[in-house]
Amino acid sequence: MTQRLRNWLLVAPAAAWLIVMLVLPLSVVFVFSFGERAPSGGYVPAFTFEQYANLPARFTAFKNTLILAPLGTIMALLIAYPLAYQLAVRTSQRWKTLLLVLVIVPFWTSILIRSYAWIFLLGGGGIPALLASLGIEDVRLIYTPFAVLVGIVYGYLPLMVFPIYVSLERLDKRLLEASADLGAHPATTFLTVTLPMSISGIATGCMLVFILLMGEFLIPALLGGGKVFFVGNALVDLFLQSRNWAFGSAVAMMLIIIMLVTVTLYMRLISRLNVQRDDAQLM
Amino acid sequence: MRLYAFCVYVFLYTPIAIIALFSFSAGRSASQLEGFSVKWYGRAVNNPFVMDALGNSIFVAFVSATLASILGTLMAVGLQGIRGPVRAFFDALIYIAVMIPGIVIGIATLIALVTVFDVVNPWVASFWADAAAAPKLSMGMGSLIAAHTMFTLALVVIIVRARLSSLEAALSEASADLYATPFGTFRQITLPLIAPAILAGFLLSFTFSFDDFIIAFFVAGSETTLPIYIFSSIRRGITPEVNAIGTMVMVASLILLIIAQLILRGGAKPKR
Repeated sequence: MTQRLRNWLLVAPAAAWLIVMLVLPLSVVFVFSFGERAPSGGYVPAFTFEQYANLPARFTAFKNTLILAPLGTIMALLIAYPLAYQLAVRTSQRWKTLLLVLVIVPFWTSILIRSYAWIFLLGGGGIPALLASLGIEDVRLIYTPFAVLVGIVYGYLPLMVFPIYVSLERLDKRLLEASADLGAHPATTFLTVTLPMSISGIATGCMLVFILLMGEFLIPALLGGGKVFFVGNALVDLFLQSRNWAFGSAVAMMLIIIMLVTVTLYMRLISRLNVQRDDAQLM
Repeated sequence: MRLYAFCVYVFLYTPIAIIALFSFSAGRSASQLEGFSVKWYGRAVNNPFVMDALGNSIFVAFVSATLASILGTLMAVGLQGIRGPVRAFFDALIYIAVMIPGIVIGIATLIALVTVFDVVNPWVASFWADAAAAPKLSMGMGSLIAAHTMFTLALVVIIVRARLSSLEAALSEASADLYATPFGTFRQITLPLIAPAILAGFLLSFTFSFDDFIIAFFVAGSETTLPIYIFSSIRRGITPEVNAIGTMVMVASLILLIIAQLILRGGAKPKR
């Protein structure tokens, strides 16, 4: 048996699985998005752009997603960066791994359970009751955009910390000392050395979190109470309740397109930033 | 700075602690602590719906993690020797599988399989004398296992490949020089070295499948897994029993995660 054939045989089963369970389903969504809804629900073959023209009917879902997903990503970044910095630069080797594992553990436990915990914390008996005892009455948190924002930042924070930690960990600490020795203010050192060196970690973290947030369903379903809903919630409604597969497919395609465009633009921007940094190093 | 880090940890762990705390409440209210008892754990363990859902979850997680470990490892090993556009195509597929939102995988699998079944079922039935007795494909455990395996095998490929690329090519070359067959080299040299990565991939796949709600929500048909049960319970109103189930699930994933970490760490150390 030639080596070539052997490699092919090794790859074949998994390749077949990926094609049947990933390529085929995604192609079906693409084809169905040009179809029509059957009177009893489901799909009738057709070639029409009607479903895409009808997309503004789900404008609110897209608007909420496109506001809260970037906002959640930025909030997560702002909270995660100082923590990742503390862990990578300021923590002794002994505690580093343990503290990092403590950040990652919540991510691998059920996001469903972690999210519904916020129903207690943000609901009447939680933080609002605490505020009321301090004299701040009638604060309503649960089932507001704020609740959803807290939920998504909480849910995806570990995913943001990890790549930033990795990029800061790789940073040569002698660079920071050199910068300080040359009389740079700590803020200058941060802006000219640390931040540019960790840009790849920031980029990875933001991209991962943003992509996952675009498809989020659970957190708005649990903490948005039907008032704050994402594209994911619209998809559940279209596929499981009203069984409008053609329109649902168009909504899903739109979601994929928005994700692809943002990710491509983002990659461009990041590679441009990297190029600039390399130029700076040459000088 | 230290205080800040401490606050973030409080933020990360308060919700988890709250659920664990309320699960030990003796009262009926899910959001108030009234005395201490483990009765809700007893309730949960004796609830046939919970146990049924748990059984389904463990079965699906075990089968899909096993399939994913085998298929993913074979693919990672095979892809090592493949270059060019074919390699680029599969690399892209693996990243798409991991990056695409679960909800899109869920709906896409649902409509694709239902459509395929609608074609296949009448065709199969046409071969049966009694059409009503013909076997019928439908959404259920099978489709759920297939969907989870698709995602987790991509995960295994990524993990195993990272380990494979850190191995020295000299080892396999030495083995070949000593007249070992390619299979012999794989079994005696490569496999023992990548075993920790495969096992870690298995455990992460198991955890993913066990915790997954969104794909199962679309693909499981009328079957109930534990996350689906928990979601519908929350919709009906949270009880301390749900808190008890949640606590047990978190402890179980925590144990699996620690084992996976220990194995990966142990395997990453150079053995001399």
